Amino acid sequence: MAIVSALSKKHLLGIKYITDKDIETIFSTADNFKEVLNRPVKKVPSLRDITVANLFFENSTRTRMSFELAEKRLSADVINFSASSSSVTKGETLLDTVNNILSMKVDMIVMRHPAPGAPYFLSQNIDASIINAGDGTHEHPTQALLDAFSIREKLGTVKGKKIVIVGDVKHSRVALSNIFCLQKLGASVAVCGPPTLIPKHIKELGVQVFYNVKKALEWCDVANILRIQLERQDIKYIPSLREYALYYGVNKDLLDSLSKKIVIMHPGPINRGVEINSDVADSAQSIILDQVENGVAVRMAVLYLLASGNTQGS
Amino acid sequence: MASGRVILKQKKFKLTIERLCNQLIEEYGAFENTCIVGIQERGVLLSDRIVKGLKAIDRKLEFNYGKIDITFYRDDFRRRDTPMMASKTEMDFQVEGYNVILIDDVLYTGRTIQSALIALGHYGRPNKVELLNLVDRRFNRHLPIQPNYSGIVIDAIDEAYVKVDWDEIDGNDQVILYQNREKAS
Repeated sequence: MAIVSALSKKHLLGIKYITDKDIETIFSTADNFKEVLNRPVKKVPSLRDITVANLFFENSTRTRMSFELAEKRLSADVINFSASSSSVTKGETLLDTVNNILSMKVDMIVMRHPAPGAPYFLSQNIDASIINAGDGTHEHPTQALLDAFSIREKLGTVKGKKIVIVGDVKHSRVALSNIFCLQKLGASVAVCGPPTLIPKHIKELGVQVFYNVKKALEWCDVANILRIQLERQDIKYIPSLREYALYYGVNKDLLDSLSKKIVIMHPGPINRGVEINSDVADSAQSIILDQVENGVAVRMAVLYLLASGNTQGS
Repeated sequence: MASGRVILKQKKFKLTIERLCNQLIEEYGAFENTCIVGIQERGVLLSDRIVKGLKAIDRKLEFNYGKIDITFYRDDFRRRDTPMMASKTEMDFQVEGYNVILIDDVLYTGRTIQSALIALGHYGRPNKVELLNLVDRRFNRHLPIQPNYSGIVIDAIDEAYVKVDWDEIDGNDQVILYQNREKAS
Protein backbone atom coordinates (compact mmCIF):
# COMPACT_ATOMS: atom_id res chain seq x y z
CA MET A 1 0.00 0.00 0.00
CA ALA A 2 1.32 3.44 -0.85
CA ILE A 3 1.43 6.09 1.82
CA VAL A 4 -0.14 9.38 0.77
CA SER A 5 0.22 12.68 2.48
CA ALA A 6 -2.79 13.93 4.35
CA LEU A 7 -4.37 17.07 2.93
CA SER A 8 -2.36 20.25 3.31
CA LYS A 9 -5.05 21.80 5.49
CA LYS A 10 -6.88 20.58 8.58
CA HIS A 11 -10.24 21.81 7.25
CA LEU A 12 -11.96 21.95 3.87
CA LEU A 13 -13.20 25.54 3.94
CA GLY A 14 -12.91 26.29 0.24
CA ILE A 15 -11.11 25.27 -2.92
CA LYS A 16 -9.02 28.45 -2.78
CA TYR A 17 -7.22 27.16 0.34
CA ILE A 18 -6.21 23.73 -0.99
CA THR A 19 -3.59 22.77 -3.54
CA ASP A 20 -3.88 20.93 -6.85
CA LYS A 21 -1.96 18.05 -5.21
CA ASP A 22 -4.70 17.88 -2.53
CA ILE A 23 -7.32 17.68 -5.27
CA GLU A 24 -5.48 14.81 -7.01
CA THR A 25 -5.17 12.97 -3.67
CA ILE A 26 -8.91 13.38 -3.09
CA PHE A 27 -9.64 12.08 -6.60
CA SER A 28 -7.43 8.96 -6.23
CA THR A 29 -9.04 8.18 -2.88
CA ALA A 30 -12.52 8.77 -4.33
CA ASP A 31 -11.75 6.26 -7.13
CA ASN A 32 -11.28 3.59 -4.46
CA PHE A 33 -14.41 4.59 -2.57
CA LYS A 34 -16.44 4.49 -5.78
CA GLU A 35 -15.49 0.80 -6.03
CA VAL A 36 -16.60 0.29 -2.41
CA LEU A 37 -20.00 1.76 -3.30
CA ASN A 38 -20.46 -0.94 -5.93
CA ARG A 39 -19.88 -3.80 -3.50
CA PRO A 40 -22.67 -5.89 -1.98
CA VAL A 41 -21.81 -4.49 1.47
CA LYS A 42 -21.14 -0.82 0.87
CA LYS A 43 -19.34 -0.16 4.13
CA VAL A 44 -15.80 0.10 5.39
CA PRO A 45 -14.87 0.46 9.07
CA SER A 46 -12.34 3.30 8.70
CA LEU A 47 -14.23 5.99 10.66
CA ARG A 48 -15.82 3.69 13.24
CA ASP A 49 -14.34 5.71 16.11
CA ILE A 50 -15.46 9.10 14.81
CA THR A 51 -18.62 11.10 15.37
CA VAL A 52 -19.59 13.64 12.72
CA ALA A 53 -22.16 16.39 13.22
CA ASN A 54 -23.99 17.69 10.14
CA LEU A 55 -24.96 21.27 10.93
CA PHE A 56 -27.31 22.57 8.27
CA PHE A 57 -28.45 26.13 8.84
CA GLU A 58 -29.94 26.19 5.32
CA ASN A 59 -32.24 23.77 3.51
CA SER A 60 -30.65 20.95 1.56
CA THR A 61 -31.61 17.57 0.14
CA ARG A 62 -28.75 16.38 -2.01
CA THR A 63 -25.76 17.65 -0.02
CA ARG A 64 -27.14 16.64 3.34
CA MET A 65 -28.10 13.14 2.24
CA SER A 66 -24.84 12.73 0.36
CA PHE A 67 -22.75 13.66 3.40
CA GLU A 68 -24.82 11.50 5.71
CA LEU A 69 -24.48 8.52 3.38
CA ALA A 70 -20.74 9.10 3.01
CA GLU A 71 -20.30 9.21 6.80
CA LYS A 72 -22.38 6.06 7.33
CA ARG A 73 -20.54 4.17 4.58
CA LEU A 74 -17.34 4.94 6.50
CA SER A 75 -19.01 3.57 9.69
CA ALA A 76 -18.93 6.94 11.46
CA ASP A 77 -21.59 7.88 13.99
CA VAL A 78 -23.71 10.70 12.61
CA ILE A 79 -25.81 13.38 14.25
CA ASN A 80 -27.91 15.81 12.27
CA PHE A 81 -28.71 19.35 13.25
CA SER A 82 -31.29 21.47 11.53
CA ALA A 83 -31.42 25.15 12.47
CA SER A 84 -35.17 25.48 12.20
CA SER A 85 -35.79 22.91 14.97
CA SER A 86 -32.99 24.01 17.29
CA SER A 87 -32.18 26.62 19.91
CA VAL A 88 -30.88 28.89 17.15
CA THR A 89 -34.50 30.02 16.92
CA LYS A 90 -34.18 31.08 20.61
CA GLY A 91 -31.18 33.25 19.74
CA GLU A 92 -28.24 30.89 20.51
CA THR A 93 -25.08 32.03 18.66
CA LEU A 94 -23.20 29.92 16.13
CA LEU A 95 -20.16 29.50 18.38
CA ASP A 96 -22.30 28.51 21.39
CA THR A 97 -24.23 26.01 19.26
CA VAL A 98 -21.03 24.42 17.99
CA ASN A 99 -19.22 24.38 21.35
CA ASN A 100 -22.21 22.68 22.93
CA ILE A 101 -22.11 20.02 20.24
CA LEU A 102 -18.35 19.58 20.57
CA SER A 103 -18.71 19.09 24.33
CA MET A 104 -20.56 15.91 23.44
CA LYS A 105 -17.30 14.59 21.93
CA VAL A 106 -18.12 15.19 18.27
CA ASP A 107 -14.95 14.93 16.18
CA MET A 108 -15.82 16.58 12.87
CA ILE A 109 -18.29 19.18 11.69
CA VAL A 110 -19.94 19.43 8.28
CA MET A 111 -21.61 22.82 8.06
CA ARG A 112 -23.84 24.69 5.67
CA HIS A 113 -24.53 28.28 6.71
CA PRO A 114 -26.06 31.32 4.96
CA ALA A 115 -23.24 33.67 6.05
CA PRO A 116 -20.12 33.67 3.85
CA GLY A 117 -17.08 32.98 6.00
CA ALA A 118 -18.99 31.23 8.81
CA PRO A 119 -16.89 28.02 8.50
CA TYR A 120 -13.68 30.12 8.47
CA PHE A 121 -14.83 31.92 11.64
CA LEU A 122 -15.49 28.58 13.29
CA SER A 123 -12.11 27.17 12.27
CA GLN A 124 -10.42 30.00 14.17
CA ASN A 125 -12.35 29.17 17.33
CA ILE A 126 -12.62 25.38 17.58
CA ASP A 127 -10.30 22.38 17.34
CA ALA A 128 -12.44 19.95 15.35
CA SER A 129 -12.05 19.57 11.56
CA ILE A 130 -14.63 21.48 9.55
CA ILE A 131 -15.98 20.71 6.11
CA ASN A 132 -17.77 23.60 4.42
CA ALA A 133 -20.97 22.31 2.81
CA GLY A 134 -21.78 25.76 1.45
CA ASP A 135 -21.44 29.18 3.02
CA GLY A 136 -23.80 31.73 1.54
CA THR A 137 -22.65 32.88 -1.89
CA HIS A 138 -19.00 32.11 -1.10
CA GLU A 139 -17.86 28.49 -1.68
CA HIS A 140 -19.19 24.93 -1.92
CA PRO A 141 -15.94 22.98 -2.19
CA THR A 142 -17.25 19.41 -2.23
CA GLN A 143 -19.63 20.27 -5.09
CA ALA A 144 -16.73 21.60 -7.14
CA LEU A 145 -14.68 18.51 -6.35
CA LEU A 146 -17.43 16.13 -7.43
CA ASP A 147 -18.08 18.20 -10.56
CA ALA A 148 -14.41 18.06 -11.56
CA PHE A 149 -14.25 14.35 -10.64
CA SER A 150 -17.24 13.70 -12.91
CA ILE A 151 -15.62 15.58 -15.79
CA ARG A 152 -12.41 13.57 -15.26
CA GLU A 153 -14.45 10.37 -15.29
CA LYS A 154 -16.31 11.29 -18.48
CA LEU A 155 -13.51 12.90 -20.48
CA GLY A 156 -10.42 11.24 -18.97
CA THR A 157 -8.93 14.49 -17.69
CA VAL A 158 -9.85 18.04 -16.71
CA LYS A 159 -6.62 19.61 -17.99
CA GLY A 160 -7.04 21.51 -21.23
CA LYS A 161 -10.83 21.16 -21.27
CA LYS A 162 -13.18 24.10 -21.71
CA ILE A 163 -15.97 24.41 -19.20
CA VAL A 164 -18.70 27.04 -19.22
CA ILE A 165 -20.89 27.79 -16.21
CA VAL A 166 -24.31 28.99 -17.33
CA GLY A 167 -26.81 30.81 -15.19
CA ASP A 168 -27.00 32.80 -11.97
CA VAL A 169 -23.25 33.08 -11.43
CA LYS A 170 -23.64 36.14 -9.20
CA HIS A 171 -25.36 34.23 -6.39
CA SER A 172 -23.69 30.87 -6.93
CA ARG A 173 -21.18 29.39 -4.52
CA VAL A 174 -21.04 26.38 -6.85
CA ALA A 175 -19.80 28.66 -9.65
CA LEU A 176 -17.03 30.21 -7.59
CA SER A 177 -15.73 26.91 -6.22
CA ASN A 178 -15.89 25.40 -9.70
CA ILE A 179 -13.86 28.28 -11.16
CA PHE A 180 -11.11 27.80 -8.55
CA CYS A 181 -11.09 24.02 -8.85
CA LEU A 182 -11.13 23.77 -12.63
CA GLN A 183 -8.41 26.39 -13.00
CA LYS A 184 -6.20 24.60 -10.47
CA LEU A 185 -6.59 21.48 -12.61
CA GLY A 186 -5.60 23.29 -15.81
CA ALA A 187 -8.98 23.81 -17.47
CA SER A 188 -10.24 26.97 -19.20
CA VAL A 189 -13.36 28.37 -17.60
CA ALA A 190 -16.05 30.71 -18.94
CA VAL A 191 -19.31 32.00 -17.51
CA CYS A 192 -22.50 32.79 -19.38
CA GLY A 193 -25.72 34.49 -18.36
CA PRO A 194 -27.66 37.74 -18.46
CA PRO A 195 -25.39 40.71 -17.56
CA THR A 196 -27.39 41.26 -14.35
CA LEU A 197 -26.42 37.79 -13.13
CA ILE A 198 -22.70 37.92 -14.03
CA PRO A 199 -20.51 39.59 -11.35
CA LYS A 200 -18.93 42.83 -12.53
CA HIS A 201 -15.28 41.93 -11.97
CA ILE A 202 -15.39 38.20 -12.70
CA LYS A 203 -12.86 38.57 -15.53
CA GLU A 204 -10.23 39.24 -12.85
CA LEU A 205 -10.52 35.57 -11.93
CA GLY A 206 -9.25 34.71 -15.42
CA VAL A 207 -12.61 33.58 -16.82
CA GLN A 208 -14.12 34.44 -20.18
CA VAL A 209 -17.60 35.97 -20.24
CA PHE A 210 -20.34 35.10 -22.75
CA TYR A 211 -23.74 36.77 -22.85
CA ASN A 212 -24.97 34.53 -25.70
CA VAL A 213 -25.64 30.97 -24.67
CA LYS A 214 -25.22 29.47 -28.15
CA LYS A 215 -21.74 30.99 -28.49
CA ALA A 216 -20.88 29.74 -25.01
CA LEU A 217 -21.99 26.19 -25.79
CA GLU A 218 -20.18 26.24 -29.15
CA TRP A 219 -16.95 27.19 -27.31
CA CYS A 220 -17.12 24.61 -24.53
CA ASP A 221 -16.56 20.88 -23.99
CA VAL A 222 -18.69 20.85 -20.85
CA ALA A 223 -21.62 23.06 -19.79
CA ASN A 224 -22.46 23.27 -16.09
CA ILE A 225 -26.00 24.67 -15.87
CA LEU A 226 -26.97 26.51 -12.71
CA ARG A 227 -30.38 26.94 -11.19
CA ILE A 228 -31.95 30.38 -11.12
CA GLN A 229 -31.81 31.07 -7.41
CA LEU A 230 -35.08 32.80 -6.68
CA GLU A 231 -34.56 32.56 -2.92
CA ARG A 232 -31.41 34.72 -3.16
CA GLN A 233 -32.96 37.45 -5.28
CA ASP A 234 -34.27 40.36 -3.22
CA ILE A 235 -34.50 42.53 -6.35
CA LYS A 236 -35.51 41.53 -9.85
CA TYR A 237 -32.44 40.54 -11.88
CA ILE A 238 -34.45 39.07 -14.77
CA PRO A 239 -37.84 40.07 -16.17
CA SER A 240 -39.35 36.59 -15.71
CA LEU A 241 -38.40 32.91 -15.64
CA ARG A 242 -40.08 32.55 -19.04
CA GLU A 243 -37.81 35.15 -20.57
CA TYR A 244 -34.75 33.55 -18.99
CA ALA A 245 -35.78 30.18 -20.41
CA LEU A 246 -36.23 31.76 -23.85
CA TYR A 247 -32.77 33.37 -23.97
CA TYR A 248 -30.64 31.14 -21.73
CA GLY A 249 -32.50 27.87 -21.33
CA VAL A 250 -30.66 24.83 -22.67
CA ASN A 251 -32.91 22.65 -24.84
CA LYS A 252 -32.42 19.80 -27.30
CA ASP A 253 -32.67 21.99 -30.41
CA LEU A 254 -29.89 24.21 -29.12
CA LEU A 255 -27.67 21.21 -28.33
CA ASP A 256 -28.31 19.59 -31.70
CA SER A 257 -27.37 22.82 -33.48
CA LEU A 258 -23.83 22.73 -32.06
CA SER A 259 -20.92 21.44 -34.11
CA LYS A 260 -19.96 18.87 -31.45
CA LYS A 261 -21.55 16.90 -28.63
CA ILE A 262 -20.92 18.53 -25.28
CA VAL A 263 -21.30 17.18 -21.75
CA ILE A 264 -24.17 18.60 -19.67
CA MET A 265 -23.96 19.02 -15.90
CA HIS A 266 -26.19 20.53 -13.22
CA PRO A 267 -25.60 20.64 -9.45
CA GLY A 268 -29.34 20.26 -8.75
CA PRO A 269 -32.10 20.81 -7.95
CA ILE A 270 -33.27 21.25 -11.53
CA ASN A 271 -35.96 23.73 -12.57
CA ARG A 272 -37.20 21.73 -15.55
CA GLY A 273 -38.25 24.00 -18.39
CA VAL A 274 -36.35 27.00 -17.01
CA GLU A 275 -32.56 26.68 -17.17
CA ILE A 276 -32.71 23.19 -18.67
CA ASN A 277 -35.32 21.11 -20.48
CA SER A 278 -36.16 17.51 -19.66
CA ASP A 279 -34.99 16.29 -23.06
CA VAL A 280 -31.50 17.60 -22.18
CA ALA A 281 -31.43 16.69 -18.48
CA ASP A 282 -32.43 13.10 -19.26
CA SER A 283 -30.30 12.74 -22.40
CA ALA A 284 -27.18 10.63 -22.99
CA GLN A 285 -25.04 13.77 -22.90
CA SER A 286 -26.10 14.54 -19.33
CA ILE A 287 -24.00 13.30 -16.41
CA ILE A 288 -26.28 14.84 -13.76
CA LEU A 289 -27.01 11.56 -11.99
CA ASP A 290 -23.35 10.53 -12.22
CA GLN A 291 -22.55 13.73 -10.35
CA VAL A 292 -24.84 12.64 -7.53
CA GLU A 293 -23.27 9.16 -7.41
CA ASN A 294 -19.78 10.60 -7.45
CA GLY A 295 -20.76 13.04 -4.70
CA VAL A 296 -20.88 10.25 -2.12
CA ALA A 297 -17.48 8.84 -3.16
CA VAL A 298 -15.83 12.28 -3.18
CA ARG A 299 -17.27 13.17 0.24
CA MET A 300 -16.09 9.81 1.61
CA ALA A 301 -12.60 10.67 0.34
CA VAL A 302 -12.66 14.11 1.98
CA LEU A 303 -13.88 12.69 5.30
CA TYR A 304 -11.30 9.87 5.21
CA LEU A 305 -8.37 12.17 4.43
CA LEU A 306 -9.35 14.84 6.98
CA ALA A 307 -10.04 12.21 9.68
CA SER A 308 -6.62 10.66 9.20
CA GLY A 309 -5.10 14.02 10.04
CA ASN A 310 -6.77 13.84 13.45
CA THR A 311 -4.51 11.05 14.69
CA GLN A 312 -5.30 9.68 18.11
CA GLY A 313 -2.92 10.94 20.73
CA SER A 314 -1.54 13.68 18.49
CA MET B 1 23.05 -0.76 -1.23
CA ALA B 2 20.61 -2.96 0.72
CA SER B 3 22.25 -5.71 2.81
CA GLY B 4 20.31 -8.77 3.90
CA ARG B 5 20.52 -12.54 3.96
CA VAL B 6 18.86 -14.48 1.15
CA ILE B 7 16.69 -17.12 2.80
CA LEU B 8 15.11 -18.63 -0.29
CA LYS B 9 16.88 -18.54 -3.63
CA GLN B 10 15.43 -18.64 -7.12
CA LYS B 11 15.41 -22.40 -7.84
CA LYS B 12 14.04 -23.38 -4.44
CA PHE B 13 11.58 -20.46 -4.64
CA LYS B 14 10.02 -21.97 -7.77
CA LEU B 15 9.95 -25.45 -6.20
CA THR B 16 8.20 -24.04 -3.13
CA ILE B 17 5.50 -22.41 -5.26
CA GLU B 18 5.05 -25.70 -7.14
CA ARG B 19 4.74 -27.59 -3.86
CA LEU B 20 2.10 -25.15 -2.60
CA CYS B 21 0.11 -25.58 -5.83
CA ASN B 22 0.26 -29.35 -5.52
CA GLN B 23 -0.88 -29.16 -1.88
CA LEU B 24 -3.90 -27.14 -3.00
CA ILE B 25 -4.78 -29.64 -5.72
CA GLU B 26 -4.34 -32.49 -3.22
CA GLU B 27 -6.87 -30.80 -0.92
CA TYR B 28 -9.34 -29.32 -3.40
CA GLY B 29 -9.08 -31.56 -6.47
CA ALA B 30 -11.14 -29.99 -9.23
CA PHE B 31 -11.71 -26.82 -7.13
CA GLU B 32 -15.46 -27.27 -6.98
CA ASN B 33 -17.06 -24.48 -4.98
CA THR B 34 -13.59 -23.11 -4.27
CA CYS B 35 -12.10 -19.73 -5.05
CA ILE B 36 -8.80 -17.92 -4.58
CA VAL B 37 -8.49 -14.40 -3.13
CA GLY B 38 -5.16 -12.56 -3.13
CA ILE B 39 -4.50 -9.65 -0.76
CA GLN B 40 -3.27 -6.43 -2.40
CA GLU B 41 -0.57 -5.46 -3.06
CA ARG B 42 2.20 -8.00 -2.57
CA GLY B 43 -0.08 -10.93 -1.81
CA VAL B 44 -1.48 -10.61 -5.33
CA LEU B 45 1.99 -11.21 -6.77
CA LEU B 46 1.98 -14.58 -4.98
CA SER B 47 -1.64 -15.41 -5.85
CA ASP B 48 -0.98 -14.63 -9.54
CA ARG B 49 1.87 -17.16 -9.45
CA ILE B 50 -0.21 -19.73 -7.63
CA VAL B 51 -3.06 -19.38 -10.14
CA LYS B 52 -0.58 -19.72 -13.02
CA GLY B 53 1.02 -22.73 -11.33
CA LEU B 54 -2.35 -24.45 -10.76
CA LYS B 55 -3.33 -24.02 -14.40
CA ALA B 56 0.08 -25.36 -15.48
CA ILE B 57 -0.55 -28.56 -13.51
CA ASP B 58 -4.16 -28.96 -14.67
CA ARG B 59 -5.29 -26.86 -17.62
CA LYS B 60 -8.93 -27.81 -17.11
CA LEU B 61 -9.09 -26.24 -13.64
CA GLU B 62 -11.67 -23.45 -13.36
CA PHE B 63 -12.30 -21.27 -10.34
CA ASN B 64 -13.07 -17.67 -9.36
CA TYR B 65 -10.02 -15.53 -8.65
CA GLY B 66 -10.32 -12.20 -6.87
CA LYS B 67 -8.01 -9.53 -5.47
CA ILE B 68 -8.93 -7.69 -2.30
CA ASP B 69 -7.49 -4.49 -0.86
CA ILE B 70 -7.73 -4.13 2.91
CA THR B 71 -6.53 -0.54 3.39
CA PHE B 72 -9.94 0.68 4.59
CA TYR B 73 -10.19 -2.23 7.03
CA ARG B 74 -6.85 -1.68 8.76
CA ASP B 75 -6.94 -1.42 12.55
CA ASP B 76 -4.21 1.26 12.61
CA PHE B 77 -6.11 3.98 10.68
CA ARG B 78 -5.78 7.31 12.53
CA ARG B 79 -2.85 5.88 14.48
CA ARG B 80 -0.40 6.66 11.70
CA ASP B 81 0.87 10.11 10.73
CA THR B 82 -0.40 9.88 7.17
CA PRO B 83 -3.21 7.94 5.49
CA MET B 84 -2.58 5.01 3.15
CA MET B 85 -3.67 4.82 -0.46
CA ALA B 86 -5.68 1.76 -1.39
CA SER B 87 -4.96 -0.46 -4.38
CA LYS B 88 -7.71 -1.81 -6.60
CA THR B 89 -10.12 -4.45 -5.35
CA GLU B 90 -11.21 -6.81 -8.13
CA MET B 91 -13.90 -9.08 -6.69
CA ASP B 92 -16.69 -9.60 -9.16
CA PHE B 93 -18.11 -12.64 -7.35
CA GLN B 94 -19.60 -13.40 -3.94
CA VAL B 95 -17.96 -15.89 -1.58
CA GLU B 96 -21.26 -17.11 -0.09
CA GLY B 97 -20.94 -20.83 0.55
CA TYR B 98 -17.49 -21.04 -1.07
CA ASN B 99 -14.20 -22.46 0.18
CA VAL B 100 -11.83 -19.50 0.05
CA ILE B 101 -8.06 -19.80 -0.25
CA LEU B 102 -6.76 -16.48 1.07
CA ILE B 103 -3.25 -15.65 -0.10
CA ASP B 104 -0.67 -13.20 1.23
CA ASP B 105 3.08 -13.23 0.75
CA VAL B 106 4.33 -12.87 4.35
CA LEU B 107 2.41 -13.72 7.53
CA TYR B 108 3.82 -11.50 10.26
CA THR B 109 1.57 -10.14 13.05
CA GLY B 110 -1.67 -11.44 11.57
CA ARG B 111 -3.36 -8.02 11.53
CA THR B 112 -3.53 -7.92 7.73
CA ILE B 113 -5.29 -11.29 7.73
CA GLN B 114 -7.74 -10.11 10.40
CA SER B 115 -8.58 -7.10 8.21
CA ALA B 116 -8.86 -9.35 5.15
CA LEU B 117 -11.31 -11.69 6.92
CA ILE B 118 -13.53 -8.71 7.80
CA ALA B 119 -13.35 -7.43 4.21
CA LEU B 120 -14.09 -10.92 2.85
CA GLY B 121 -17.18 -11.09 5.04
CA HIS B 122 -18.59 -8.20 3.02
CA TYR B 123 -18.77 -10.48 0.00
CA GLY B 124 -20.87 -13.17 1.71
CA ARG B 125 -20.42 -15.95 4.26
CA PRO B 126 -17.76 -18.39 3.07
CA ASN B 127 -18.07 -22.09 3.83
CA LYS B 128 -14.48 -22.03 5.07
CA VAL B 129 -11.34 -19.92 4.65
CA GLU B 130 -7.82 -21.34 4.49
CA LEU B 131 -4.68 -19.23 4.54
CA LEU B 132 -1.70 -19.67 2.23
CA ASN B 133 1.57 -17.77 2.75
CA LEU B 134 4.97 -17.97 1.14
CA VAL B 135 6.65 -16.95 4.41
CA ASP B 136 5.41 -17.68 7.94
CA ARG B 137 7.12 -15.56 10.63
CA ARG B 138 5.77 -17.89 13.24
CA PHE B 139 7.00 -16.19 16.45
CA ASN B 140 5.94 -12.62 15.50
CA ARG B 141 2.18 -13.01 15.79
CA HIS B 142 0.00 -10.42 17.60
CA LEU B 143 -3.21 -12.38 16.96
CA PRO B 144 -4.16 -16.08 17.04
CA ILE B 145 -3.89 -16.62 13.27
CA GLN B 146 -2.01 -19.50 11.62
CA PRO B 147 -1.49 -20.50 7.98
CA ASN B 148 -2.87 -23.71 6.50
CA TYR B 149 -0.22 -23.81 3.79
CA SER B 150 3.18 -22.13 4.11
CA GLY B 151 6.23 -22.06 1.89
CA ILE B 152 8.95 -21.47 4.48
CA VAL B 153 9.02 -20.69 8.16
CA ILE B 154 11.29 -17.91 9.41
CA ASP B 155 12.15 -17.43 13.08
CA ALA B 156 13.18 -13.80 13.51
CA ILE B 157 12.89 -11.01 16.06
CA ASP B 158 10.06 -8.47 15.69
CA GLU B 159 12.27 -5.72 14.27
CA ALA B 160 13.58 -7.91 11.44
CA TYR B 161 12.11 -7.30 8.01
CA VAL B 162 11.32 -10.04 5.50
CA LYS B 163 11.04 -9.03 1.86
CA VAL B 164 9.85 -11.17 -1.02
CA ASP B 165 11.42 -10.15 -4.35
CA TRP B 166 9.56 -11.06 -7.52
CA ASP B 167 11.04 -11.59 -10.98
CA GLU B 168 8.40 -9.34 -12.60
CA ILE B 169 9.14 -6.39 -10.36
CA ASP B 170 12.53 -6.82 -8.72
CA GLY B 171 14.27 -8.88 -11.38
CA ASN B 172 14.71 -11.99 -9.24
CA ASP B 173 12.61 -14.48 -7.24
CA GLN B 174 13.96 -14.61 -3.69
CA VAL B 175 13.14 -14.08 -0.03
CA ILE B 176 15.52 -11.83 1.91
CA LEU B 177 15.82 -11.30 5.66
CA TYR B 178 17.00 -7.86 6.80
CA GLN B 179 18.00 -6.75 10.30
CA ASN B 180 15.34 -4.05 10.12
CA ARG B 181 13.16 -2.23 7.64
CA GLU B 182 15.59 0.66 7.15
CA LYS B 183 18.34 -1.73 6.02
CA ALA B 184 16.06 -2.95 3.21
CA SER B 185 15.93 0.42 1.45
